[in-house]
Amino acid sequence: MSTATADAVMDYDEAMGKFDPVMGLEVHVELHTATKMFCGCPTEFGAEPNSQVCPVCLGLPGALPVVNEKAVESAIRIGLALNCEIAQWCRFARKNYFYPDMPKNFQTSQYDEPIAYEGYLDVELEDGSTYRVEIERAHMEEDTGKSLHIGGATGRIHGADHSLVDYNRAGIPLIEIVTKPMVGAGERAPEVAKAYVSALRDLLRALDVSDVKMEQGSMRCDANVSLRPRVGEPTSAEQLAVPLGTRTETKNVNSLRSVERAVRYEISRHAAILDGGGSILQETRHWHEDTGITTSGRVKSDAEDYRYFPEPDLVPVAPTRETVEALRATLPEPPGLRRKRLQSDWGYSDLEMRDVVNAGAVELIEETVAAGASAAAAKKWWLGEPSRRANAEGQDIVTYAAGLGLTPAHIAELDGLVVSGRLNDSMARQVLDGVLAGEGTPTAVADARGLELVQDDGALEAAVDKVIAANPDVAAKIRDGKVAAAGALIGQVMKEMKGQADAGKARELILAKLQ
Amino acid sequence: MTDLPTDLTRATAADLAGALASKTISSVEVTQAYLDRIAAVDGQVHSYLHVDTDGALAQARAVDERRAAGESLGALAGVPIAVKDVMTTKGLPTTCGSKILEGWIPPYDATVVTKLREAGLPILGKTNMDEFAMGSSTEHSAYGPSRNPWDLDRIPGGSGGGSSSVLASFQAPLATGTDTGGSIRQPAAVTATVGTKPTYGGVSRYGLVALASSLDQAGPCGRTVLDTALLHAVMGGHDPMDSTSIDAPVPPVVEAARAADVRGMRIGVVKELGGEGYQPGVRARFDESVALLEELGAEVVEVSCPNFDYALAAYYLILPSEASSNLAKFDAMRYGLRVLPEGVDDPSAEQVMAATRDAGFGPEVKRRIILGTYALSSGYYDAYYGSAQKVRALIAQDFAAAYGRVDVLVSPTAPTTAFKLGDKLEDPMAMYLNDIATIPANLAGVPGMSIPSGLADEDGLPAGIQILAPATKDERLYSVGAALEAALVDRWGGPILDRAPELGGAAAAKGA
Ligand SMILES: [Zn+2]
Repeated sequence: MSTATADAVMDYDEAMGKFDPVMGLEVHVELHTATKMFCGCPTEFGAEPNSQVCPVCLGLPGALPVVNEKAVESAIRIGLALNCEIAQWCRFARKNYFYPDMPKNFQTSQYDEPIAYEGYLDVELEDGSTYRVEIERAHMEEDTGKSLHIGGATGRIHGADHSLVDYNRAGIPLIEIVTKPMVGAGERAPEVAKAYVSALRDLLRALDVSDVKMEQGSMRCDANVSLRPRVGEPTSAEQLAVPLGTRTETKNVNSLRSVERAVRYEISRHAAILDGGGSILQETRHWHEDTGITTSGRVKSDAEDYRYFPEPDLVPVAPTRETVEALRATLPEPPGLRRKRLQSDWGYSDLEMRDVVNAGAVELIEETVAAGASAAAAKKWWLGEPSRRANAEGQDIVTYAAGLGLTPAHIAELDGLVVSGRLNDSMARQVLDGVLAGEGTPTAVADARGLELVQDDGALEAAVDKVIAANPDVAAKIRDGKVAAAGALIGQVMKEMKGQADAGKARELILAKLQ
Repeated sequence: MTDLPTDLTRATAADLAGALASKTISSVEVTQAYLDRIAAVDGQVHSYLHVDTDGALAQARAVDERRAAGESLGALAGVPIAVKDVMTTKGLPTTCGSKILEGWIPPYDATVVTKLREAGLPILGKTNMDEFAMGSSTEHSAYGPSRNPWDLDRIPGGSGGGSSSVLASFQAPLATGTDTGGSIRQPAAVTATVGTKPTYGGVSRYGLVALASSLDQAGPCGRTVLDTALLHAVMGGHDPMDSTSIDAPVPPVVEAARAADVRGMRIGVVKELGGEGYQPGVRARFDESVALLEELGAEVVEVSCPNFDYALAAYYLILPSEASSNLAKFDAMRYGLRVLPEGVDDPSAEQVMAATRDAGFGPEVKRRIILGTYALSSGYYDAYYGSAQKVRALIAQDFAAAYGRVDVLVSPTAPTTAFKLGDKLEDPMAMYLNDIATIPANLAGVPGMSIPSGLADEDGLPAGIQILAPATKDERLYSVGAALEAALVDRWGGPILDRAPELGGAAAAKGA
């Protein structure tokens, strides 16, 4: 699909032997304020094109912007959650360039006076270690409209017959979060990149400032990558002293998995060029999700000149210390700390907690426990069939469960049926299948399918007697004290009872009769 | 109440308002009288780019009906007005004197226009201006220049020459203006009319097509100080749609104009504004006015504002910088002119933008866009835009120091009387120098006014005196302006516009 010939890439491990990667990530987040950044237009996603516009966000002659105070509050909260300093006085600036999807032909942004600066986010990696991502700045700006290029092969402007522009998105509040160069990650750079974007997404979700839906573009990532010669361990002083190489910026990498893949690809591509004696062209690159490669975008020289100057149509933003502290008081518990607290509350091992986190099931389990289930049961049920099926569908567990109408209350109810002795494990699994199939609540499914442990001890006792009589060898072993052999008899008893018996009770009876 | 003249167009807005309030006349009568006058003389003066006969009469009728129904109406209800073509008017063309906006009908009203409509002022039409308010003569209008009613071969000032000539030729009793570096005050001076640039933020900028956002200020234009004050009170006030709008009531301008009292006021004559380069006749009328103010009981001192010498240079960096960005939106994509490049099959959006901007902007606009683009470029920003901002701060300091000593400052409004059409068209620097006395107020955001000071001896053309006050103290302009106006009219034996030549066509049409 790309007209460019595929670039040469170096094997990743080989590349890591020769080079040290440095990354910089720029993440754009659309705030989910009710109205746009500088006007009163609504921000809902997916509306009829050009139905959410006014003179201001269309950039009509004479129109003037007014800052959305809610967006400023969100920006400050994001800054605080990223451990940033909050500017006591800062201005918007105009970033001047011509593009049809930008109504004023300048973007109202912030330049050298960001609302938040100098922060960090500690990111937990899969092995449980922590990488600190230094945040350079978080600033406020407005989104552009959306160009739709009609005709041509790729949906890109090149080769298109004509283009359409939807200005519904123009003026939606954006926060751009820019990291400092991320050094010292070594071969784990792609993992670190993914973990950072993931942690940022969790944080923004916890702050309730954005939908953070990468697939809808409410969170977008640009990944800068450069390589420098490898001279030592990634975090060694001599390695950190090596000057940075030329970077490329891969635009619009719009899923967590793609962030990891795109960084990894660019590292291998740079390595092949540098190893062959070539040099890296400073440019933007397009990420192709389907083929897993990047292709050349526009050449980006340092001389690209946006002629920034302070936006004269807006007054400076000057939050008082009291305002900032009041907003600080509204911050949720940081996701990392929260996880540690929950792990201890739930009594999970590190490994168990990591499984839960990787499955994206922390909130589900929290709600399930709140609904009355034990932490162990909540984990067992969520990470079982629902998780497996979500994976198979390529969805995250939350979205998948929501799509099926499976709720934490259902899982708690299911656990309750087991604890009360109405269902055993295998029956509970059948009930869950029924719930997943949309047959109703766990109780309703159990009722409809007639699933209930037989409470009649007489029937169970008869089954036990029958099985003991049919297996004299095994019975003898148990009498000799080999209790483990009881398992074989329990299985047969359960079969005799068509599964509708309490295995624990069967075991008790067998042992009582043979000891 | 004063008796109205037979020719209603000769009445002041204040007198018309009184007669309307007492139902002596109707708004339809007044509006029709002005529409007749426009039909008779605008062919010579070319003040209007668009006359809205039907709309104006419909608004006049609506006001008359509201009055008949006993509704309580604003002070100027029923008095017609001309609106500078830089203000958006819903359903009426708004071109800013530029080809690039030819045919554009705004879907919304500027806040000022909304206020005029709510106050019941019928809008006669849109007045001519230098393209995007860049100029001091209206010669940069893409639709041809307006002419000075005192001498049709001369300029009516700019950029608001349409509004000034409309007043001086009695084609409207009131007009709106915008003043970025003198576009209300200099046209007032060269046509013997009155114009005020309020404190920055005193009148909403929402719906004013921006030239330089940090300098632009809309304001009232009239034939008398009181008329101008009445309009100021209608136009002014806080607007939540304009972030730079002042959140405070309009200063008591009408009260000040009615009191017309300068006794005990300290008035500073700005040493840097009035020396070399000022026409002797302009200078003489100014000196007489200052002497009159002293006779009226003011204390007059000389004040030095040394950094004013750098104002013009700073202004011509800040203005083009902001303008280059403000005018970027005119790209043929969404409204206005669209020109396809010649000899190009399948032109790209970029090529259409370039062709349209090339065809749609006049030479002065292009000159300033290029200047501004250059001044904002990385590597030049600090030297140009950055330094200009420092000068701006120094000028504000000069004003602050001066206002520590005096209540208002005065100077000639413009260095010369109206020059001949074409005289300075090929010499941008000479054109820019027209605004040398008016620019400092825009850089500092303080209010300023121009009123007629008399006719220069050497050419018999009007000269103006400028009054400047501290920010938010706009009422002081009216105290001084009204007191001086009364003394001058007394000395002249009648309004100065009575001395303007009768326009030929009008004489014929009116049988005067
Ligand atoms: Zn809008």
